[in-house]
Amino acid sequence: MTTEHFDAIVVGAGPAGNSATLTLARGGLKVLQIERGEYPGAKNVQGAVLYADAVEKLIPDFRDSAPLERHIIEQRIWMLDDTSYVGSHFRSDNFNEDKPNRYTILRAQFDKWFNKKVKEAGALVICETTVTGLLRDKKGRVTGVTTDRDQGEVTADVVVLADGVNAVLGTRAGLRPEVRPKDVALGVKETMFLPRETIDARFNLKGNEGVVIEAAGTITAGMTGTGFLYTNGDSLSVGIGCLISDFAESGVRPYDLLERFKRHPAIAPLIEGAEVKEYVAHMLPEGGYEAVPPLYGDGWVVAGDSAQFLNAMHREGSNLAMTSGRLAGETIVAAKKAGKKMSAKTLKAYRAALDDSFVLKDLKKYRRLPKVLETNKHFFTEYPRLLTHAAETWLRVDGVTKREKERDIVSAFRHRRRLSGLVSDMFKMGRAWR
Amino acid sequence: MSQGLTMVVCIKQVPDSAQIRVHPVTNTIMRQGVPTIINPYDLFALEQALALRDQLGGTVTVLTMGPQMAETSLRKAMGHGADRAILLTDRFFAGSDTLATSFALSAAIGKINAETPVDVVFTGKQTIDGDTAQVGPGIARRMGLNQLTYVSAIPAIDKAAGEITAHRRAEGGVQVLKTKLPCLVTMLEGTNELRRGSLPDVLRAERAEITTWNAKDAGIEDVTKCGLKGSPTKVSKVFAPKPRSERAAMIEGADATPAAIAAAAVETLVAADPALPGVITRPSALA
Ligand SMILES: Cc1cc2nc3c(=O)[nH]c(=O)nc-3n(C[C@H](O)[C@H](O)[C@H](O)COP(=O)(O)OP(=O)(O)OC[C@H]3O[C@@H](n4cnc5c(N)ncnc54)[C@H](O)[C@@H]3O)c2cc1C
Repeated sequence: MTTEHFDAIVVGAGPAGNSATLTLARGGLKVLQIERGEYPGAKNVQGAVLYADAVEKLIPDFRDSAPLERHIIEQRIWMLDDTSYVGSHFRSDNFNEDKPNRYTILRAQFDKWFNKKVKEAGALVICETTVTGLLRDKKGRVTGVTTDRDQGEVTADVVVLADGVNAVLGTRAGLRPEVRPKDVALGVKETMFLPRETIDARFNLKGNEGVVIEAAGTITAGMTGTGFLYTNGDSLSVGIGCLISDFAESGVRPYDLLERFKRHPAIAPLIEGAEVKEYVAHMLPEGGYEAVPPLYGDGWVVAGDSAQFLNAMHREGSNLAMTSGRLAGETIVAAKKAGKKMSAKTLKAYRAALDDSFVLKDLKKYRRLPKVLETNKHFFTEYPRLLTHAAETWLRVDGVTKREKERDIVSAFRHRRRLSGLVSDMFKMGRAWR
Repeated sequence: MSQGLTMVVCIKQVPDSAQIRVHPVTNTIMRQGVPTIINPYDLFALEQALALRDQLGGTVTVLTMGPQMAETSLRKAMGHGADRAILLTDRFFAGSDTLATSFALSAAIGKINAETPVDVVFTGKQTIDGDTAQVGPGIARRMGLNQLTYVSAIPAIDKAAGEITAHRRAEGGVQVLKTKLPCLVTMLEGTNELRRGSLPDVLRAERAEITTWNAKDAGIEDVTKCGLKGSPTKVSKVFAPKPRSERAAMIEGADATPAAIAAAAVETLVAADPALPGVITRPSALA
């Protein structure tokens, strides 16, 4: 055992861990961050949307040095059936602003950059080291961690668990119930190389402008989930994700699903000629508010994916991770300054700060949504078909009167969902949205 | 007398060649974003030095010449247990070929030697980016060290007698060699497995002050022997070779004899490439 003692130990160097460690180090604490990957970002899923606001709160001038791929000027939201899609596009020159709001990034590079800032702030960071368990005293208080290295124990006043979606450490220590399969999705994603000029031409972009596409519909083979395509500098991120419980039940192989998505007539021309550079599979916490575990206790707090902080509806994860990491850090720094023990009573302030922020407020707003989507699969099958059918019927000019077309569309909806079904769907969605 | 061995392990930070890509359009090597690693061959040298330290005591210093970011590799080596790390960095070193590199490294080793006499200098067999295997021998030559290349094991070192016994891979066998210390060893791959450092090791490595020397610190007066100026090797062009054959040919002939199939294949090859010798000896087994 090392004789060294730290003020705080942070497990993980993802967005949550980096934000927590940075805040702690700036607050003057002696902090050790432990990451199992070869370097920060090595284990993290490539290609993602970064929300500037959460980074700015930590590193206001991040745009000067962070590895950013493109700023997003256009968002497409598509409903797909097997051959068509209907959707909405929003593109605005207002997004070409001095300080754009959303960027595409490659996580491996971004996390590495972020961690460099953490080190510069004075934190001690070690990689290729897995935390295997938590040290507890007789009263059950967390007093440090054990790692997979020789003489691998190290103690601290408080441990920040930012170990990602599996939440193995908290579960193993009995600090929280096990993550349920219906509360996590499995995302598979490829980074596909395509020359910058081709991407610019194909998506109508210039400079560092970028596009993101979010897609739902029959592409998930009746499972609860979504697909996406993001433009990076000279690559595309293409992926699809569904609930683990659905994959288990349907027997559909995630990779096959991605292949099918890539062959969809709406997607195939966009990725044509692109060369797969990387393939990753990673889980996402999608249980929402109802799945949020206990967030603090004697000598520990939990942040980011490990706390199930992900807004699946808006595809926001890293910003919740960064904000929760920062709030955890601020809570601990304040407690330390006030000379308080890192007890559950002290760390309760972290929960209060989260309740007060968009993190828990947004999750609370959508608290019913995971259940609605999980138990109403027709949102992913019937509705896309009905919508594309409606659009096609409406647009096809074939001598059929417009009144007949209207009747056809309405009757298709009634036939598939019946009036009661339509009303109840609207009610369910409406409630889940509130 | 023995206070253990003083060992220097030269390592190089290289791009992970498994992840280098050639731009599909311009055909140039895309260096951007390619992760760097310690030259894999050097890791066998590092472990050999650490094992000798475990056995006989002493110190292991890792030395690298490279840009500031090569510090990462030095810290990594310390995390595996090396005692000390020296980074040789200077703009004068940029563009060094193997001659200029061995010149600069020799100067630095000479400086270490002036503090404590060095017993063994280690390098890997070669690097994965240059593939020359010249730097190790270059250092030995400049410093007048006995050199043992392609070493697979070091069964004995007798510091008092100033002797080292090494196994060296040679064509068709292993040579058992004995020579005098100090010497230079280039280690063969696959000869050992690098240890994982303990938690105290990695904590120490992360915090360690990396000694940084510029050309002057290393005692180099004549910088024209460094970097691009001191490098007679000139790279005129880097390109991806054309794939040699477009596609494999399927040979029909379930009912022909192997000899007939082979003969037909040879004929086709010779017809396609007149540079091939016209007369081909027929393997007797097929006749
Ligand atoms: C396919 C996919 C697409 C996504 N797209 C987006 C997007 O576009 N925008 C967005 O905001 N979010 C997106 N997310 C979600 C986002 O990736 C996460 O919400 C975010 O990474 C959570 O950050 P974190 O720090 O909590 O966890 P992570 O990023 O998972 O980091 C956890 C870190 O802890 C390390 N670790 C784990 N266990 C241990 C241990 N025992 N010892 C040491 N280290 C350990 C891991 O190696 C890892 O580096 C996406 C997720 C997926 C799967």
